[in-house]
Amino acid sequence: MRPFVYEQPADISAAVAIASRFATNDDQPTRANAQFIAGGTNLADYMKLGVAEPNRLLDLNRLKESGLRQIRVTDDGIRFGALVRMGEAADHREVEERYPVIADSLRLAASGQIRNMASLAGNILQRTRCEYFRETSWACNKRMPGSGCAAMLGFNRQHAVLGASEACIATYHGDFAQALIALDAVVHAEGSRGARRIPFAKLHRRPGDTPHIETDLAADEIITAIEVPALPWGRRSLYLKIRDRESYAFALASAAVALDLDGETVREARIALGGVATVPWRASTAEQSLQGKKLDETSAEAAADAAFAEAQPRQRNAFKVELGKRTLVRALLETRDMKV
Amino acid sequence: MDAAAPRPKENQGEPLPRVDARLKVTGQAHYPADLPTANIAYGALATSSIAKGKVTKLRLDDARAVPGLLDIVTYGDMDKVDKPKFGNTGATSIGPLHDRTIFHDGQIIALAVAETFEAAEEAAQLIRAEYDEEKPTATFDSPGTATIPAAGKSPLFKEDVKAGDFDAAYADAAVKIDQRYSTPTQHHNPIELFSTTAFWEGEQLTVHEPSQNVTGWKVELARQLKIDPGKVRIVSPFIGGAFGSKGPMTPRTAIVAVAAKRLGRPVRCVTSRMQAFGTQTYRAETRHHIRIGAGKDGRITAFAHEGWEVTSRPDAYVVGGTSATGRMYDYGSVLTHVSLVQADRNTPGYMRSPPETPYVYALENAMDEMAVALGMDPVEFRRINEPKAEPIGKKPFSSRSLTQCYDQAADAFGWVRRDPKVGAMRDGDWLVGMGCATAIYPTAVAPCAARVRLTVDGDVRLQCGSHEIGTGVRTVAGQMASERLGVSIERISVEMGDSSLPPAPVSGGSISTASVCSAVLKACDAIRAKLFAAASAEGGPLAGSHNEEFELAGGKIVANSGASAKVEDVLKAMQVGAIEEYAEFAPKGATPEALKKLYAGTPEFHGGDQDEDSVKYAFGAEFVEVRINRYTREIRVPRIVGAFAAGRIMNTRTARSQLMGGMIWGIGQALHEATEVDRRYARYVNRDLQDYLVPVNADIKDLQVILVPEVDHAVNPAGVKGLGELGNVGTAAAVANAVYHATGTRIRDLPIRIEQLLV
Repeated sequence: MRPFVYEQPADISAAVAIASRFATNDDQPTRANAQFIAGGTNLADYMKLGVAEPNRLLDLNRLKESGLRQIRVTDDGIRFGALVRMGEAADHREVEERYPVIADSLRLAASGQIRNMASLAGNILQRTRCEYFRETSWACNKRMPGSGCAAMLGFNRQHAVLGASEACIATYHGDFAQALIALDAVVHAEGSRGARRIPFAKLHRRPGDTPHIETDLAADEIITAIEVPALPWGRRSLYLKIRDRESYAFALASAAVALDLDGETVREARIALGGVATVPWRASTAEQSLQGKKLDETSAEAAADAAFAEAQPRQRNAFKVELGKRTLVRALLETRDMKV
Repeated sequence: MDAAAPRPKENQGEPLPRVDARLKVTGQAHYPADLPTANIAYGALATSSIAKGKVTKLRLDDARAVPGLLDIVTYGDMDKVDKPKFGNTGATSIGPLHDRTIFHDGQIIALAVAETFEAAEEAAQLIRAEYDEEKPTATFDSPGTATIPAAGKSPLFKEDVKAGDFDAAYADAAVKIDQRYSTPTQHHNPIELFSTTAFWEGEQLTVHEPSQNVTGWKVELARQLKIDPGKVRIVSPFIGGAFGSKGPMTPRTAIVAVAAKRLGRPVRCVTSRMQAFGTQTYRAETRHHIRIGAGKDGRITAFAHEGWEVTSRPDAYVVGGTSATGRMYDYGSVLTHVSLVQADRNTPGYMRSPPETPYVYALENAMDEMAVALGMDPVEFRRINEPKAEPIGKKPFSSRSLTQCYDQAADAFGWVRRDPKVGAMRDGDWLVGMGCATAIYPTAVAPCAARVRLTVDGDVRLQCGSHEIGTGVRTVAGQMASERLGVSIERISVEMGDSSLPPAPVSGGSISTASVCSAVLKACDAIRAKLFAAASAEGGPLAGSHNEEFELAGGKIVANSGASAKVEDVLKAMQVGAIEEYAEFAPKGATPEALKKLYAGTPEFHGGDQDEDSVKYAFGAEFVEVRINRYTREIRVPRIVGAFAAGRIMNTRTARSQLMGGMIWGIGQALHEATEVDRRYARYVNRDLQDYLVPVNADIKDLQVILVPEVDHAVNPAGVKGLGELGNVGTAAAVANAVYHATGTRIRDLPIRIEQLLV
């Protein structure tokens, strides 16, 4: 592990100022000299492994703005401060009542210990766990642009079937993000060029030719809050996560679903898919295919087919197409049958 | 009743808590990497990123520039010491720094030593090798493998067992199956990482390292370093997960010892979890071809088991589980053959029940297929093929309680409620399946020495160079002394895990309880004899009672006439402050060399299929219920019941704990554990606990262990059959059989994963 300077900025503007002093304009946040750390459950691992090599860490845990640590519930929705821990949000009574899909997605992620450390903003910015990315002796376009992708023809069981490119097929492993993208969340960020709101769906970038560029954020931008708009029918929502073991494993496939039903007919559906795509993945065509239809096994299967119509399976992850479809079918039917 | 402390039945000892339980749960137990603490320099390994070729150049400049760097040990620096040897004490014959040839992925290319752990790690990461790279051979079916017969390549696997005329019997059989099975690569991932700490005091070398074989390592390390074994001490008081991974010594130990010598200060090297995949031993992948023929009555007439096992190029590591599978049932005729398949891989090694886990998995999966083919209940099918004698040498079993195990486990599990029809049992959206399988493990024992001292104050000090690998051997050895000397366990201190103690055999092959307890028993009996003789001697407190029998209890010698004398008074009468006995136990049938070999760290094993009079095995039966979601097909195991008979149980708590751990491991083998080899590069891919999955607590629901009473005086003086490696044998087959019952899909390749069931 390389030596690094560790700083604890007192407030957001100080953090931004330090970051912008050490970052140049086109620095990617993941490759910048100065990087932010909150829970440390992802970045610290990658620093030990030599995957991330910032020479300056800006610890955000002492930032004085109290909103960073609060969950505020209003008529407009829920606002999560960026430093709220996963565990706090998962156990929050109103989150659970209004958006079960959020509580589920947090509770089914990581372990109790990690959830107590990891911040919500850090969670949505977590980096892929692709085995070839994690270990520095492999070729990886995301870690070392232009070096190639060892996963493409290698052991790619965990890898993405949606949103991949010729340069990268690494999966975005987060769960919380699937609930957020399904619920049209908005991210608040502050940087040297001011404050802005980013629709969650625009936060992450597909790998394309530049898999090392992972988000829309600048190197000196800090996420300050995540806002989920009010959704009166959000109570009928859930997150279904299918994995190799009962707990503490990444999704092979997952589905975040919220349904507005008129009897058994779908007024509106929200669907996001995890474990199968390179970025948080909203399945809009699947949503549209259900609109105005009676939700049953047949219509759910049609929606699942639509969701995976563009899937590009590789040798070891080909099963994710079928598994992803079945996961979505099951999630849709279980959401339909929820007592709300 | 406390489930963790089962009430002892016949021939079973009290569930005493572990003598070191409090130390362990309060963090006061010191593991080898915890000590010593003064003046430590830290070492970090640099390892190869290719699997085959030569290191043409090593660039060390960047590493040397790291502040705090003290030394780099690499090619040329080990020339004055001897290369490792492959065998029971040595993990591999590859001397990674003796030779620039790369034999496998993750081979050690240098050790960076620095003032801090972080600096050492940074320097190691900055060491860059240039290679003359060759196309490596990864595994089965890769171009470039070489296949050789296994028989005779290991002293533990002398021959391919056979009996009768398999070909004829199989040809005539009314019902037959012919199937292939496989098990994956598996790596040890103990929570305690692998480590070596070495320091020299003059010519005396001390090594703190988790070890299952301190005596063997002392001798082997001295050989490599060309010094007197008396100048080497291996210290390993507690071990955080062993299971064979800490049995043979790896090349790292000598490299760290050399680094400590060069620096003149203690050097500690803790291997990272990723590096352990290439620098430690592991369970290599296996393949199996099984043919079974039977009459319509279900009696097996023909059994053939062929196995293929991956090993490294230089070392012939043999698994060879056909000696157990070939003796399991009353087959009529038996044909077996085991082959080694050499590839560009690190040398595999022992992992909990090394031969039985893969081979019995294949057999018990095949037995279930055969029961289906016969239309028979799988328990009944096994029952009618119970042998009177083992089919190879026609020797009797010293004891065999498999039927009792099946009866008790089936009863507790509720096997009668199983609808034999495939896919017939459901619970809402979940398909329910039930399966069973047999567990078997050879009962071996080895020579062992122990020193026991009884003081006038009534304290007992027990010393034995065995190893507390989590089994509770300290506790059960103390229990044996407590029982024989009539002293409560609180007054007994047990010292283990140090090569300066009386030698014990390697803690492998489930021999420790039997071997250690037999030696402790012998030492205690010698103390008893002295006490009884002194007590009943002329002028002694029990003079005149020569022909009586005595017992020791509560600090007193009690004659069967009822007369008694305090031990303290007898010692006073003897004018001694303590009686100390050094006992060397050698099993029945031991060769004249047996004790010499014990001191040399290469003890001979007796028992199993090796003895003249009988074959010796412990048995069990495991029943598993699985649930599989009808849409998404994930597999969960809500219930597992195992019943096991293993002779005398020294302590029902530690025995249950071992068997429970084995069954959980078995579930992991069935559903989770697998190292993925990237065939293009012959490199391991999922080299950490993120992707190398083992069960977590949430995966284990209702687990029941039944200890079936069994008495067997033939196995060893203590009457103990080892059970540390029994619990995970057969489990994976029971799961696979349950998955078949639930879905109708027969999975023959482990681990069983969602993608195999998405049909």
